[in-house]
Amino acid sequence: MSGTMSSNDVIRSTAIYQRTTKDILLGILKGIGEFFRLMARNRTGFIGFIIVVLYFVVSFLGPYVIPVDKETKVTRIFEKPSWQHPLGMDHEGRDTFSQVVNGGRDILTTALLTALISTAIGVTLGALSAVLGGGIDTLLSAFADIFMSIPQFPLQVVLAGFIQVKSMLILSLILAILSWPGLYRAVRAQVLSLRERDYVEAAILLDLGTWHIVFKEILPNMMSYIAISFAFSMTGAIYAQTGLVLLGLVPFSSHNWGVMISIAWTRGAIFYRDSAAYILAPVFTIALFQLAMVWMTRSLEEVFNPRLRGRA
Amino acid sequence: METTPTRQLPWSKGQARYALISVRDMHIEYWAERGQVKAVRGVDFDIFPGESLSLIGESGSGKTTLGLGLIRLLVKTADITRGQVIYRRNGVEQDVLKLDPDGLRHFRWQECAMVFQAAQSAFNPVLRIRDQMYETVKAHRPATRAEVNALASELLERVQLEPSRVLRAYPHELSGGMRQRVLIAMALLLNPPLIILDEPTTALDILTQRTIIDLLRALQNDLNFAMMFISHDLSLAAELANHVATMYAGRIVEYGTVNQIFYEPRHPYTLGLIRAVPTVTGGFEDLSSIAGTPPDLIDLPPGCKFHLRCPFATRRCQQEEPDLIHIGPEHAAACFYWQEVERQADRPWEEIKAPSEGDV
Amino acid sequence: MIQATSQVPLIEVRNLSRAFGSRRHRIWAVDDVSFRVPHGDILCLVGESGCGKTTTGKLVAGLLRPTSGEMLFEGRNIWEMERSEFKRYRTAVQLIHQDPYASLNPMHTIYDIITAPLFRHNLVSSRAHAWERCVELFNIVGLTPPEDLLRKHPHELSGGQRQRVSVARALTVNPSFIVADEAVSMVDVSIRVSLLTMLGRLRKEFDVTFLFITHDLALAKYFAWDGRIAVMYVGSVIELADTPRLINDPLHPYTQALLSAVPEADPELTRSKQRIPLRSQDIPSLLNLPTGCRFHPRCPQFIEGLCDVQRPALVDTGDGRQVACHLVARERGMIK
Repeated sequence: MSGTMSSNDVIRSTAIYQRTTKDILLGILKGIGEFFRLMARNRTGFIGFIIVVLYFVVSFLGPYVIPVDKETKVTRIFEKPSWQHPLGMDHEGRDTFSQVVNGGRDILTTALLTALISTAIGVTLGALSAVLGGGIDTLLSAFADIFMSIPQFPLQVVLAGFIQVKSMLILSLILAILSWPGLYRAVRAQVLSLRERDYVEAAILLDLGTWHIVFKEILPNMMSYIAISFAFSMTGAIYAQTGLVLLGLVPFSSHNWGVMISIAWTRGAIFYRDSAAYILAPVFTIALFQLAMVWMTRSLEEVFNPRLRGRA
Repeated sequence: METTPTRQLPWSKGQARYALISVRDMHIEYWAERGQVKAVRGVDFDIFPGESLSLIGESGSGKTTLGLGLIRLLVKTADITRGQVIYRRNGVEQDVLKLDPDGLRHFRWQECAMVFQAAQSAFNPVLRIRDQMYETVKAHRPATRAEVNALASELLERVQLEPSRVLRAYPHELSGGMRQRVLIAMALLLNPPLIILDEPTTALDILTQRTIIDLLRALQNDLNFAMMFISHDLSLAAELANHVATMYAGRIVEYGTVNQIFYEPRHPYTLGLIRAVPTVTGGFEDLSSIAGTPPDLIDLPPGCKFHLRCPFATRRCQQEEPDLIHIGPEHAAACFYWQEVERQADRPWEEIKAPSEGDV
Repeated sequence: MIQATSQVPLIEVRNLSRAFGSRRHRIWAVDDVSFRVPHGDILCLVGESGCGKTTTGKLVAGLLRPTSGEMLFEGRNIWEMERSEFKRYRTAVQLIHQDPYASLNPMHTIYDIITAPLFRHNLVSSRAHAWERCVELFNIVGLTPPEDLLRKHPHELSGGQRQRVSVARALTVNPSFIVADEAVSMVDVSIRVSLLTMLGRLRKEFDVTFLFITHDLALAKYFAWDGRIAVMYVGSVIELADTPRLINDPLHPYTQALLSAVPEADPELTRSKQRIPLRSQDIPSLLNLPTGCRFHPRCPQFIEGLCDVQRPALVDTGDGRQVACHLVARERGMIK
């Protein structure tokens, strides 16, 4: 209603946007708090989120607290679970529980790397394809189609056998190379449709530039989809890894859950009732992680969609 | 059938027991995450046989909720917390809100049909028109396809459509105007004495609107059904209504004949609304807007819900919410200062002065 | 308002046409449209759905390329401009969208939305400056209180507020021309007038020229009372005149039919209006257009052998008006 502002208004309004270092730190803390609050809006999602966080904490920090039991104790092979060794002993009399704690780091790291690489490729190429169109679009789409029509796991096996998998990075690359097409297609389709939105047209009219349009207008509207894809990318990578390890195609791996399954299987843990813990432990560990990831995606939707947060 | 007679509304054009439908004290609320939305907060009106009532309101007024509530088509999160919808025919009175499922089904379509907006979603997209007509009739009484086709053809001709072309078409093959006419024909299949129309001409072109309006007028003349139409479009009321009720924040704030509402508005909101809508051929007009926005239906302010936007508002308006006051034959307004409105009706909106507390 | 006749019009379209679809099934959404909008003027495009007014708006705003014809900004064809010239045109001509729920990115705060162009084009030197500019713009478009609204996301604002934000956003780049594409159609009736008043102020105080697109004749009449109206039918302009004359003395039978058919918010006026009956209810199909004059199957003044054979051209009536009708041309003995 009023046309001009009083000097107090000017001071007050300018003070609001100014940020000191303290404000920035507070802002970050507030952001983290806000993130937690949003994740907590969905009960299942929150439980999943907590479990995932715990997994990471245990897998990366746990080894310092509970080092791997390397001592071979011939008398305690395949021992039943007890209070001191909650998951019993393996085929060499070593504590299973410590192996589980230590076995996550490599798997999770590879999964993260794979998800990062494949999401980056899929999103970038998908957005580019949709925005640039023409020959590039046709070429990339054909390329993606070819990859998608080949069964993933057998191809992963072939590649792993062909290339010397010497490090986690190479393993991640192999897994990522084959999983980006799915995300590419989905991103491309979404960007094509979002491109027609009025607010994108407005951004064109205001000459905000292609970079701004793709990364500030279009992609943020797909964040929940991308985040969820990322989560499923990780779960897929874990399965793929485990499969490759079981087939013995990952020579460098130290003791991780996949190796545990492989060894448990080849050393006969499946034949004894007492040693059930040794084979079930890694299987259950992996399965629980996957489940927690899936649950967590339910909360991710809340985080990335402002319309769902505290509706006005 | 009733133990207590329906309360008489002094501004109604006749006795309540001759009205086709009487709504009393209707309250509808529904659940939203932030709280209860009080969409309809005590609505009373009568509709007499063969006449037209127009319910005018903007977004958030509750008009569509009210319309759906009358035939109990509300979503599951909505609740009719209080009220009666008394329907009278052939000397028998029933409260629609107390009907059992069979009675309700009979009421819907045979006694009261509803015409929604002509959007595709009013139709089943995979059924041809003739099948939808057939399904509609069959849901209420036994009928053969031949019978329904004959009836449908007659009705389609009445709404100026070609039966041979339309009956075998799918909804998406028809234009918006044609779909609207089909919906009207479908509403007439069982010859109901009351038809409720929700935004019948919104989103239609001018020439198509003209066709629909003339059609409704002619059909009402021939078949003598009563109409209640719900719209934000004042021109529709000006064309077809006998009586108009303006709704704001879940209540009727003014009720009157169409001439009274347009030429003698006595509620500030009605006045503001009339003043905000231009005509085309009426020469140049000085229009004004109503400042502010409708209130939050979850967290309603005290007193009169329009007071924050009202140039006539006084302290009393902040504290007390006025009920409809009978101010003339067939005319009622929910405003303490309706006489002020009359006095200052010709003043530009910005120059209107609120009365001092002494004058009432 | 209108400058000396030697001045180049701000916007001019010449024989502008735009087709959609494949070569075999072509739809001419805009079919040989020409008009000029001088500096400081208002031109309204009115018509029913499918008449091509929105497509014309997009062509004027440079969001679509014409299939043939020219779109001139300050006398230069925008599709033949150099990059720097085109950039200047780009920010000089803005468009306000119809749907307040779709024109603002739901992921951004209002602050982000308004300041994006400010920062991008270096129109402000600091965040302080940006904030000030936001407050200034909010005052112009009538949004209060700024601090409160700038932090919000679009879904927390009402339809009317969102439209004002759209206008504020357009004003960040100091446009000289605004295309308002049904800008008030999806807003509550009681708020429309204040939005239109705000737009009118832009014209007077900030020297903004308008192309106002609407299907609502009453709004066109109110907003452009001292401007002109062009009536479109199936892709072409069939009548163009200054508003009072078009409303009070329509020449083209289609304009006459529209004015007689439109329902008015005044019972006595609307119930006593003389309705002009049309020969047919059928809306022309864009895939299968009538021969000759597109309106002839419905025109009450149809002349057989002429109207269904030859398309009438849009000609000057000599007193500042243009009509595309054989009958009117005959009556007035008009020459091209």
